[in-house]
Amino acid sequence: PCAGPVENKNEAAMSEMVPEPRQKPVVPMKPIGINASLLGYIGIDTIIEQMRKKTMKTGFDFNIMVVGQSGLGKSTLVNTLFKSQVSRKSSGWNREEKIPKTVEIKAIGHVIEEGGVKMKLTVIDTPGFGDQINNENCWEPIEKYINEQYEKFLKEEVNIARKKRIPDTRVHCCLYFISPTGHSLRPLDLEFMKHLSKVVNIIPVIAKADTMTLEEKTEFKQRVRKELEVNGIEFYPQKEFDEDLEDKTENDKIRQESMPFAVVGSDKEYQVNGKRVLGRKTPWGIIEVENLNHCEFALLRDFVIRTHLQDLKEVTHNIHYETYRAKRLNDNGGLPPMTVETEENHESNL
Amino acid sequence: RKDGCRTLSLSAHVGFDSLPDQLLRKSIKQGFCFNVLCIGETGIGKSALMSSLFNTNFEDSPSTHFLSSVRLRAQTYDLQESNVLLKLTIVKTVGFGDQVNKADSYQPIVDYIDAQFEAYLKEELKVIRSLFSYHDTRIHVCLYFISPTGRSLKNIDLLTMRSLESKVNVIPIIGKADSISKTELQEFKKKIMSELVSNGIHIYQFPTDDETVSEINTISNGHLPFAVVGSMEKVKIGNKMVRARQYPWGIVKVENENHCDTVKLRRMLCTNMEDLREKTHAYYELYRCCRLEKLGSRDVGPENKPVSLQEVIEAKRLEFFLEMEIKEEEIKQRFVQRVNEKAAMLEEAEQQASMPILTKFEHLMLMHQEEELKLGEKKKLLEDEIAQFVEKKAIAELIQSQVSVSTPVVSLK
Repeated sequence: PCAGPVENKNEAAMSEMVPEPRQKPVVPMKPIGINASLLGYIGIDTIIEQMRKKTMKTGFDFNIMVVGQSGLGKSTLVNTLFKSQVSRKSSGWNREEKIPKTVEIKAIGHVIEEGGVKMKLTVIDTPGFGDQINNENCWEPIEKYINEQYEKFLKEEVNIARKKRIPDTRVHCCLYFISPTGHSLRPLDLEFMKHLSKVVNIIPVIAKADTMTLEEKTEFKQRVRKELEVNGIEFYPQKEFDEDLEDKTENDKIRQESMPFAVVGSDKEYQVNGKRVLGRKTPWGIIEVENLNHCEFALLRDFVIRTHLQDLKEVTHNIHYETYRAKRLNDNGGLPPMTVETEENHESNL
Repeated sequence: RKDGCRTLSLSAHVGFDSLPDQLLRKSIKQGFCFNVLCIGETGIGKSALMSSLFNTNFEDSPSTHFLSSVRLRAQTYDLQESNVLLKLTIVKTVGFGDQVNKADSYQPIVDYIDAQFEAYLKEELKVIRSLFSYHDTRIHVCLYFISPTGRSLKNIDLLTMRSLESKVNVIPIIGKADSISKTELQEFKKKIMSELVSNGIHIYQFPTDDETVSEINTISNGHLPFAVVGSMEKVKIGNKMVRARQYPWGIVKVENENHCDTVKLRRMLCTNMEDLREKTHAYYELYRCCRLEKLGSRDVGPENKPVSLQEVIEAKRLEFFLEMEIKEEEIKQRFVQRVNEKAAMLEEAEQQASMPILTKFEHLMLMHQEEELKLGEKKKLLEDEIAQFVEKKAIAELIQSQVSVSTPVVSLK
């Protein structure tokens, strides 16, 4: 369903995006098996170990995108999250390095390993977002990039002789950096999240949270949550994808209390109480990044990496990708997509 | 977007080593499924073995020997061991080897396996699909029961196993192995394996690339085919109830590895379950390839330029459309022709129907005419006769009158 002719471009940009209801698949009921009780140990539970071994052998891909105006500490935060120089900081501007005139998409991949688990981490940076004078439609290159990754995956999936493991470049998580104004969300924030929350998992974070007091932080977070709700923006973890009561209770707490996480990033270590901690040194004290009393970095890290990383990937694969695929196939009359070159020529050829 | 990524070292604990656990947590919640296909003659002990392998009583009624063709019967069971939920589907052949002519025995089996691939493919090709909650019915392992003749494989064994080769993981086992002595068994096993090799039949080999299991798997590969014994009943030995078969000369204990290979088979199935599932998916990919190719798609076009599925299907669609047009024309023409034919037939029939009446009439007319003629002739004859008679009568009367005038009595001389 496409909107009729748009008279005013501005109007279209600020229009209410009526979210297209996601079509739910017809899921045939799994056959209810006859309940048979085992009268002795068989060894079926060894399958868990087998799967663990298999997943550790193949390794994992994780693609994280950071979006926000320059200077909000995106690169520092990503480096803090993954405890390594995954993102090249743009602090220390060379005279030659300018803020890009349009939004650029820069994806850099690294391989990191921990506890026998190998991960190919790709950080996708979006320099130039929100930095122009006129920021209309600056989310478009980002949306385009995300859809291009879905397209790439779809093409591979549709091949006759396909790879055993299709390389996954799809964006699993998009960290959106909110300026700590203390007031409310900016129109740009709302526009971006409205458009992109339909295609990718968005995790809003309040950047440079060390500029707010505890009360200011709580109020700001409440206001932001309210605004997101009023604008119908579903950030990750989305309510509709809670699988069971356990998930729901856990995620409700995160959605209604913790998010958006107010974070501070740093890659410098200082000595505090005899321990070396990551922090920011100010005349009035050292802000400890991993201290929950100071900021919510640890919550964000645990959420994204230690508990919900696999779920981020699954929601991307099972929901966002499937939505893209269904739309693509429907537009093509149920056929798989054409080659990229001809895509611009043929609008709807069937 | 380069593929050459550099390796970074972490300065502290990040925490993504919990990723396998996160993944497993989801898998455990969803549960696992495993599908076993048992092929074997009626009465070779398929049900007994299944109950023994999974140490549970799968209720099943014995089947008749008099089925006209091979059928397959599937039953799903929900099993649980610690936190693992397993949906086990057991598919058994019914009537295998009972027919007088066994030439087509393998066909229903191959068809069943293909049908499960087809169902999965259909789901995969849907526009709105849900693969992560789809109940996978593809057969992960096929246990082929060999009769304990002690001699060699039968022709039907070779034929069936060959037909299953590139479709499913086949593990050959010797059923009712308690009827063969130990020494005979060794010879039998060797013979079977060499026959499989010489006939070029590939069976499932337990994987030996992972060091932790390669040793035990290599040994198990050497024990193939597994000589199994199954039992639904338990026998009291000491103070325990043990699954066994009681004979006058002794008790065959199913779970005793000296008595039979049932426990070995169970161990191998469980510890290689994931590998079996992976290889099944590889067979599925093969099926999918062939199927899509049959539908006319290619990945590479005539000039070796990559052809997208779309283009090919579009071309096919056009072809199909033209074909339909031609067919439509044909049908139209045939219809017209038939109408004409029918009309002609009806006309002719009408003519013929009216023909007899005319002919009859004409025929009667003819007959009538002929009769008339005949009668006319007869009448004429009769008239002639009458005329003659009248003449004669006249002459006679004349003579009579002349004779009475001059009557000399003349004696007649």
